[in-house]
Amino acid sequence: MQRSITTPPSAEAERGAGRTRRLTKERVKKLLLGTRDRNGIIKLVVVYGLLICIGFIYLYPILYMISASFMTLDDLLDSSIRWIPSGLNLSNYRQAGTSMVYWNSLLQSVMIAGLPTLGTLASCALTGYGLARYRFRGRGGIIALIILTFVLPSQITMIPTYTMYSNLGILNSLWAFVVPSLVAQGLNAPIFILIFWQFFRNVPPALVEAAKIDGAGHFKAFFSIALPTAGPAFITVALFSFVWYWNEFYLTQLFVHGVLVESSLTTLIIQLQNFATNYSSYAQTAASGATNLNESIKMAGTLIAVLPLLILYFVLQRHFVESIDRTGITGE
Amino acid sequence: MTTWAKPRTKKENRIRVKRGPLEKKEARAGLLFVLPWLIGAAVFLAYPLGMSLWYSLNNIRLTSEGMKFTFLAQGNFTQILLSDPDFLPELVDYLLSTVISVPVIVVFAMMIALMLNEKIRGKGFFRLVFFLPVIIVSGPILASLTEQNASTISVIDSQAVTAAISAFLPSIIAAPISELFSNMVTILWYSGVPILIFLSALQKIDRSQYEAAYVDGASGWEMFWKITLPSLKPMILLNCVYTIVFVSSNDQNKLIGLIKSAMFSGTSEKGYGYASAMAWIYSLVVLLLVGLFALIFTARKDRYEREAKKLDRRAKAERRQVLKIQRRQARHAKKYHHAPVR
Repeated sequence: MQRSITTPPSAEAERGAGRTRRLTKERVKKLLLGTRDRNGIIKLVVVYGLLICIGFIYLYPILYMISASFMTLDDLLDSSIRWIPSGLNLSNYRQAGTSMVYWNSLLQSVMIAGLPTLGTLASCALTGYGLARYRFRGRGGIIALIILTFVLPSQITMIPTYTMYSNLGILNSLWAFVVPSLVAQGLNAPIFILIFWQFFRNVPPALVEAAKIDGAGHFKAFFSIALPTAGPAFITVALFSFVWYWNEFYLTQLFVHGVLVESSLTTLIIQLQNFATNYSSYAQTAASGATNLNESIKMAGTLIAVLPLLILYFVLQRHFVESIDRTGITGE
Repeated sequence: MTTWAKPRTKKENRIRVKRGPLEKKEARAGLLFVLPWLIGAAVFLAYPLGMSLWYSLNNIRLTSEGMKFTFLAQGNFTQILLSDPDFLPELVDYLLSTVISVPVIVVFAMMIALMLNEKIRGKGFFRLVFFLPVIIVSGPILASLTEQNASTISVIDSQAVTAAISAFLPSIIAAPISELFSNMVTILWYSGVPILIFLSALQKIDRSQYEAAYVDGASGWEMFWKITLPSLKPMILLNCVYTIVFVSSNDQNKLIGLIKSAMFSGTSEKGYGYASAMAWIYSLVVLLLVGLFALIFTARKDRYEREAKKLDRRAKAERRQVLKIQRRQARHAKKYHHAPVR
């Protein structure tokens, strides 16, 4: 720049100006379309725009749920209020909570999701290790069968299983979930076996061999060598198993809660499904200022039913994301 | 005479060694580890599967002495397919909506995963948002959200889309598509786990492949089609299968609700047998659907493998030709009592 000012000849100046103009054109092009190391502005705008729009679509139901759950009946009817309620109204939560018997249901939800998860962890880890570490006749067949059972809808075995449980006397009890999980037949167990299988395949065999030379038996090698390295796999399986058991409605209602004769066991999800009937019976018996069921109360109920999982997710989200990368759920 | 070295076939390459005691011991230990699954599969899989087939061929009535079986052969199946007012329409509905929504979910999940894999700011936040469905998808919650119209975005005018679609397409195809638009959010919510799977697959692609392609002058577009997409292909199949299984076992699915209500209906012709037959038909349909997608997306053989096979075939043909010539020479020699021509 400075040189073009100090050198008077016009031709030189023009050439210089041309160069700078050309340079800026190139720079603009680079800025818009991007270079190898940097993304162009156009691409960034498109990517961010799409991510934010779709992210909003994802968040919309939750935002809606939160906003609606604080509204009073007047707010709901007032057409000028769309998102922000007139005040922080907590009575919806109180009413929804009492009609769902919240703390009791929460405790049972944790039990019904947690105990089978423990069983699943133990049995699937053993099975996955056996398939990954040893070669024996029929191993390929077993793996193929496991994949097949993943695809097979559970409805096909549901009815005989139901009669079997009722003959064994474990229907409508926690055992109906715990017993199958102990023999690697819990909810979505095939996926978990495959995760463990993938993971243990990547444990260097030399480690196990070395332990064996030092005199460790098969189980000792499993417990002291393979298990300590399998932390990520355990976290992944535990999280997903817990979440899936928690969200399961169909089988929980059939085997644990009961369809015709209801047991005392219930979960938040079941309470949510039966929210309307539960609430009306609560409103009749209590008669203590319980308002009629409205949208806000329903949304409050929905929100407190998912809230424990949301908290779990926000606390453990790093593990959710990272564990998938490390366990090789995708296969190699 | 030139002797042609016969290339070793695969069978001859594999040397058979009798299994020693150590190997047998190992195998036994392996079986011991798998034993829980074996027991489980026998008790909770094989037995119920067989029983369910037997149930489906019977009419079962619950009496005070236990279950009373009356053998019907294919009676339940013909009744379901010919005279059940709900099952067949629901089945067709399920099939159409699954066939349409599964590709939408998978393509959408791939798009999101590709964008999340870019170098962008706030990656952690976006991941947090897009993995949210993994946690929340559950029948009753989705149902309660749908009921309150929280699952459709009022900004997207689904009415106009629906009208446009039904103007151009026959109603059988138009109905599931317009349903797709009106339940857009719910459908997008199914893509939580597929996004996870795609993303981790994307991160496993070797960066040096892109470097090499860049040096060769490939554009980003070409790299996507030649490197990214082929590496994701197995994951596409996995995600299709996962989504089908997930949609099929979701509580929102009306068919499995139908099976449950048939199971507990007090009428004499329905009951366990009838419900089992329904479950069998339904499961076969789901398996067929999975098979269909697997057929479309199974990874075709590697290019090199194909070339090698082609060469192999050609070599074999040449060998056959040589053998033929040799035989002809031998015949000729025999006929004219000559020594074979060299």
